[in-house]
Amino acid sequence: MSTTPAPIHLAVALEGAGWHPAAWREPGTHPDALFTAAHWTGLAREAERGLIDFLTIEDGLRLQSDHPYRPDHRTDRVRGRLDAVLTAARIAPATSHIGFVPTVTTFHTEPFHSSKAVATLDYVSTGRAGVRVQIGGQPDEIEHIGRRRGEADIAAPAGAEDRFAEAADYVEVLRRLWDSWEDDAEIRDTATGRFIDRDKLHYIDFEGRWFSVKGPSITPRPPQGQPLVAALGHADLPYRFIARSADLGFVTPQDAGQARTTVERIRAEQAAAGRADEEVRVFADLLVLLDDSEQAARDRRDRLDELAGLPDPEVPIDARVFAGTAAQLADLLQEWAEAGINGFRLRPAVLPHDLRRITEELVPELQRRGAYPYRSAEDYARPATLRARLGLPRPANRYAAA
Amino acid sequence: MTTSSSTGSGTRPDGRPRKQIHLAAHFPGVNNTTVWSDPAAGSHIEFSSFAHFARTAERGKFDFLFLAEGLRLREQNGKIYDLDVVGRPDTFTVLAALAAVTDRLGLTGTINSTFNEPYEVARQFASLDHLSGGRAAWNVVTSWDAFTGENFRRGGYLAKEDRYARAKSFLSAATELFDSWHGDEIVADQESGRFLADPEAGSFAVHDDFFDISGRFNVPRSPQGRPVIFQAGDSEEGREFAASSADAIFSRHSAYDDGRAFYQDVKGRLAAYGRGRDELLILPAATFVLGDTDEEAAELAREVRLAQVSPQTAIKFLEQLWNRDLSDHDPDGPLPAVDPIVGEHTVAKGRASVRMYRDPIATAREWRAKAEAEKLTTRELIVEVTGRQSFVGSPRTVAETIDRYVQDDVSDGFILVPHITPAGLDPFVDKVVPLLQERGAFRTEYEGTTLRDHLGLAPLKPRTAVAR
Repeated sequence: MSTTPAPIHLAVALEGAGWHPAAWREPGTHPDALFTAAHWTGLAREAERGLIDFLTIEDGLRLQSDHPYRPDHRTDRVRGRLDAVLTAARIAPATSHIGFVPTVTTFHTEPFHSSKAVATLDYVSTGRAGVRVQIGGQPDEIEHIGRRRGEADIAAPAGAEDRFAEAADYVEVLRRLWDSWEDDAEIRDTATGRFIDRDKLHYIDFEGRWFSVKGPSITPRPPQGQPLVAALGHADLPYRFIARSADLGFVTPQDAGQARTTVERIRAEQAAAGRADEEVRVFADLLVLLDDSEQAARDRRDRLDELAGLPDPEVPIDARVFAGTAAQLADLLQEWAEAGINGFRLRPAVLPHDLRRITEELVPELQRRGAYPYRSAEDYARPATLRARLGLPRPANRYAAA
Repeated sequence: MTTSSSTGSGTRPDGRPRKQIHLAAHFPGVNNTTVWSDPAAGSHIEFSSFAHFARTAERGKFDFLFLAEGLRLREQNGKIYDLDVVGRPDTFTVLAALAAVTDRLGLTGTINSTFNEPYEVARQFASLDHLSGGRAAWNVVTSWDAFTGENFRRGGYLAKEDRYARAKSFLSAATELFDSWHGDEIVADQESGRFLADPEAGSFAVHDDFFDISGRFNVPRSPQGRPVIFQAGDSEEGREFAASSADAIFSRHSAYDDGRAFYQDVKGRLAAYGRGRDELLILPAATFVLGDTDEEAAELAREVRLAQVSPQTAIKFLEQLWNRDLSDHDPDGPLPAVDPIVGEHTVAKGRASVRMYRDPIATAREWRAKAEAEKLTTRELIVEVTGRQSFVGSPRTVAETIDRYVQDDVSDGFILVPHITPAGLDPFVDKVVPLLQERGAFRTEYEGTTLRDHLGLAPLKPRTAVAR
């Protein structure tokens, strides 16, 4: 074992008033402000002050529901959300260093639209953008869009294979469109009157089973070349998708052993897909409640669970729930990092309470242990892009002449 | 001063109350109006350009900023058109980011109703309205061509004659979605644990010729209720669509007589829909060139026209009317002797202006007659016939002209299109706006917070009240 622990990267997942269904009822939350820019900007600034690598923002083309595939008609949970890409774009100019990874749904949203939206997020954040591709395709969502009735939905086993294959095509189209302008295509040559060198713009000519896209993009290649592509997975099918198509995967092991096997599976799929030499980061998701003592955190969890009527077998929880102190969480992160996890996406149970515990206690704790990538705000400010922050190279353009 | 009659006056010469001018700023577009060869020209993509432009417009107390959209790069003779600015960022994403660097400025985006779906567009505009505190507007446009369709799942699925029908259905579906939340559903009572007052909040159903959708909309009612609606089409159908459903028209009729005729025509259509004349604003696009004196401005305007029509650009314009490859034609020589090719196939794709030449042979004859009478080369002729500056003069002349046009019902204001990115608007804001303010024709401070406030449009009430 090495004496210098591997640096642990931290992302924070923003969602409503927090990830616990009863979060909005906690003192200190402002549930009436969830749909204001101030709510999101405040959280982003707090995370940036705490030297967090990036934020994710949840989204979907359906109203939130405790049930995975249909509306629940509950009135005691946060319902309603804002578009994640637009929320990220709204808060990006209010920050300088932190990355943004909003969610985009692959089953319905046109890849041409999301490609230019994420490229533009990369421009407005000067190289700090990514996208989490989410399959979608739930029955209620299908009725909202109305164009893909009758196709096997994600709830059906046969549907999942197709939907992940389509998502792989989707990511391929995103990346081709990002590459469809070479970096130096804009020439502004007054002698010939040409603004661009059109030989450096490329039709992507993608033809797949579900869609075809001609290209090129209307938006020039973004600052990172290709913004970060991320996906969340809980099983072999999504692991394969992560290994083949993503730059970063979010996974949900329950302990260090599962963390190890999950990383191994993704690495094996990566090798099978011929991507063994490419960097794919694996982050573990944890829903966190942090307090001064383990007892206080557990008591808070019990109180919130009772308010929310949990546990409820109807309400699946994917990520491990951690309730304890920042030092205990640091122990767990280091243990899982030893098992091969590159970083963590922490889902604060209550916002801003658990985010502040992360920025004010967990990050300094990891710094003291020499396990955080940044010793200071200056260190944190050094990487210019989200890819650089995660140690990922700027991809070469597939269309550029070697 | 030559015309002092209306300075600071509360009424027009005929006794009607003086109109307040509405001003907007159009980010320079991907056409030859935008002069990229000027040393002062900056990036059309970097956010800093958009931020500069928006802050300038807000400094000038403008009503809103306007972004155009195109979903396929333009082509001519089967090749990507390379003489104008090419490329632009995503409309929604830029507007959301601009909400972070401005406080009051309205944010108007052009979004296509053909290659989008109502649920997605409605949630994007509702989100933008929330994130900007009530400053969002939507310029609803249609397209039908298979050329653009090649970038989308459905391809060229829509017949040209169906595009306004789909646009109307689309807007009506989006309105149903905006209104599916009435504004009083979120109680967020921590004590009782009631977040929603209504377990069915956001319920909607749309079943018509184009859409068969139902379920729950997931963005609560936004500050303005829905975005302000703009319409830009000029056809008979477009004008009716605007009279029935729009809050404002983005027109191309900025010239005096033409503008007055359009204004009377469209405002006259409102009564049939039970709407008042103030419920639809007419806002033409307008260019401007300022100089210290009128003479200097006229000279500058000539230079700008030459920069807008390079020798290469002149040939491309010629090809658009002649509808054939004229790459060997001499821009400094006379017009081609042959006639244009008339047919469905056009050499230029992805640009709206191509469809403007309704009778190419007649237009070519007019051009030839003009060139011969005025002894113009091809390039000089193209400079004359393909565009002109709307307002040219000293700041005082331009301020007086704009005010006179608005008081005479040429329009309710103008959407200004500078030819330099991003600083082309600065001289207008620094020199013309104060003169308009002096004349009492333009606001000195924003009076409200929403775009509807700026435009003098009454706040919207939900279509139906929550029944409890």
